[in-house]
Amino acid sequence: MINATTPIKAESRDLNFFYSNGTRALKGITMPLYENKITALIGPSGCGKSTYLRCFNRMHDLYPGNKYEGQIIMHPDNTNILDNGVDPIEVRMRISMVFQKPNPFPKSIYENVAYGLRVRGENNKRMLDDKVEEALKGAALWNEVKDRLQDLAFNLSGGQQQRLCIARALATDPEIMLFDEPTSALDPIATANIEELMSELRNKLTILVVTHNMQQAARISDYTAYMYLGELIEYDDTDTIFTRPSRKETEDYITGKFG
Amino acid sequence: MSVANNVRKNPTDIKVSPRLAKNLKRHFKERVIEFILMMAALSAVFTTFAIVAILLYESFGFFETVSLVEFFTGTQWTPLFEDAHYGIMPLVAGTLTTSFVALAVAIPIGTIAAIYLSEFASHKAREIVKPILELLVGVPTIVFGYFALLLVTPLLQKIYPDLPSFNMLSAGIVMGVMIIPYIASVAEDAMRAVPMSMREGSYAMGATRFQTALKVVTPAAISGIVAAYILAISRAVGETMVVAVAAGQQPNLTFDPTEGAATITAFIVQVALGDLPHASIGYQSIFAAGLVLFVLTLTFNILGHIVRKKYREQY
Repeated sequence: MINATTPIKAESRDLNFFYSNGTRALKGITMPLYENKITALIGPSGCGKSTYLRCFNRMHDLYPGNKYEGQIIMHPDNTNILDNGVDPIEVRMRISMVFQKPNPFPKSIYENVAYGLRVRGENNKRMLDDKVEEALKGAALWNEVKDRLQDLAFNLSGGQQQRLCIARALATDPEIMLFDEPTSALDPIATANIEELMSELRNKLTILVVTHNMQQAARISDYTAYMYLGELIEYDDTDTIFTRPSRKETEDYITGKFG
Repeated sequence: MSVANNVRKNPTDIKVSPRLAKNLKRHFKERVIEFILMMAALSAVFTTFAIVAILLYESFGFFETVSLVEFFTGTQWTPLFEDAHYGIMPLVAGTLTTSFVALAVAIPIGTIAAIYLSEFASHKAREIVKPILELLVGVPTIVFGYFALLLVTPLLQKIYPDLPSFNMLSAGIVMGVMIIPYIASVAEDAMRAVPMSMREGSYAMGATRFQTALKVVTPAAISGIVAAYILAISRAVGETMVVAVAAGQQPNLTFDPTEGAATITAFIVQVALGDLPHASIGYQSIFAAGLVLFVLTLTFNILGHIVRKKYREQY
């Protein structure tokens, strides 16, 4: 059962989303993200889970014609991050994201991690050195790369690249981190590393993760939301969703009868 | 060679089932088509080799009269005069100076245009701007030449009253304008090929459009952008009409763009249009000049190839 005393970090209220071609990809989603918890979004392909995730850092703004309706409120300051008056860049500085496929920049390992700080105008070498080290340690990559920080990031393995992307997202001290199927391009060992890392990151920040892998959702998340065709079918703590789901659709999906 | 092999070489002699015969016929047809395709591809290679061979052959005659030392260290190029001198450097200087001016114009503007088209322009704006830019490519270069001589030079003379009517500055600037679309178009293609996921990664870090374009997309596309520059250099070095019309025909060992000077190409045009007897030293001199031009562009192309290999896209 959901513990009513856990503080809410962010919540969507009656969130609708329309792509430029008119498709309504999200239908009135109201859902909380609890602070220092991992919330997993599960559901079949095309159910809108990635669309929902990408609303949180206004990624949809990059493509003309997309439209949000409703609110995403961030606490404790009660900002509606979808409000027209809110700069999406400000939002992205507070909420960072790790993508499905590792997407390091064509730069050195060091510069990849320092990127977020550099775009904020930080150029103090000492400060950057400290932050880069801290972020790489936070992403459990420091020991592997500390002697070759100036190497091109592309020379790392896929799993290392993904941890580099996590370090990059960590370096700017975000409040929320979004993971869009972060392990779907990785082998089982790299996946286990990332999952362990996410569990540790929970102590520092709030996590929202989209996953296709139900075992993964069961392993790492505290809360799980099942989405289907743009609607939130069920939201509850992960144990309840996977053992005693209250909706038939959820049960069918997690038991593999559907999807 | 075994008998069996000989038999196979002549398939029509063997008795085969109708299906296999059809197969063989199809096979033969395929081979003919393959041969025609290969010939088409090889025609370009043959042409290149033929050009190099003729250049080398005629230059060989030239270098029997003129020593290599004189050719490369002489400071005067007057092969058609009574008192003939055969120093190629004045022509090389003219070529490099006009090319430098052209690239100084074309590289910054072309790159900025590419960044705009790829990263900032809306779909609609790009649909309008890109075809217009590419229209510039279709303008005959002689038009650019007269444009330089009759419009740009008088304008420049308002700023520098001492500027001669034939000068490398005006020719270079106009040549630069002419090259902008090459750079913009090739560089834009390279930038657009950078996957969207990389841009999203940058935006997700809170970067602005400009920061994304400059710090992520440009380095990711650098090999294509460098290729665009190399293409532009080759164009500038080989360009003929603009410089022949606007930069003058007087070989002049100078790197000062406000002076007039002949380029390698301008000299070749000048001599090729005249009625020099074949096998005369003046006639042969254009092949020597042509060889230098060829080596110059080849060098840039090889350089471009190396740079491209070194900074191959990795995403």
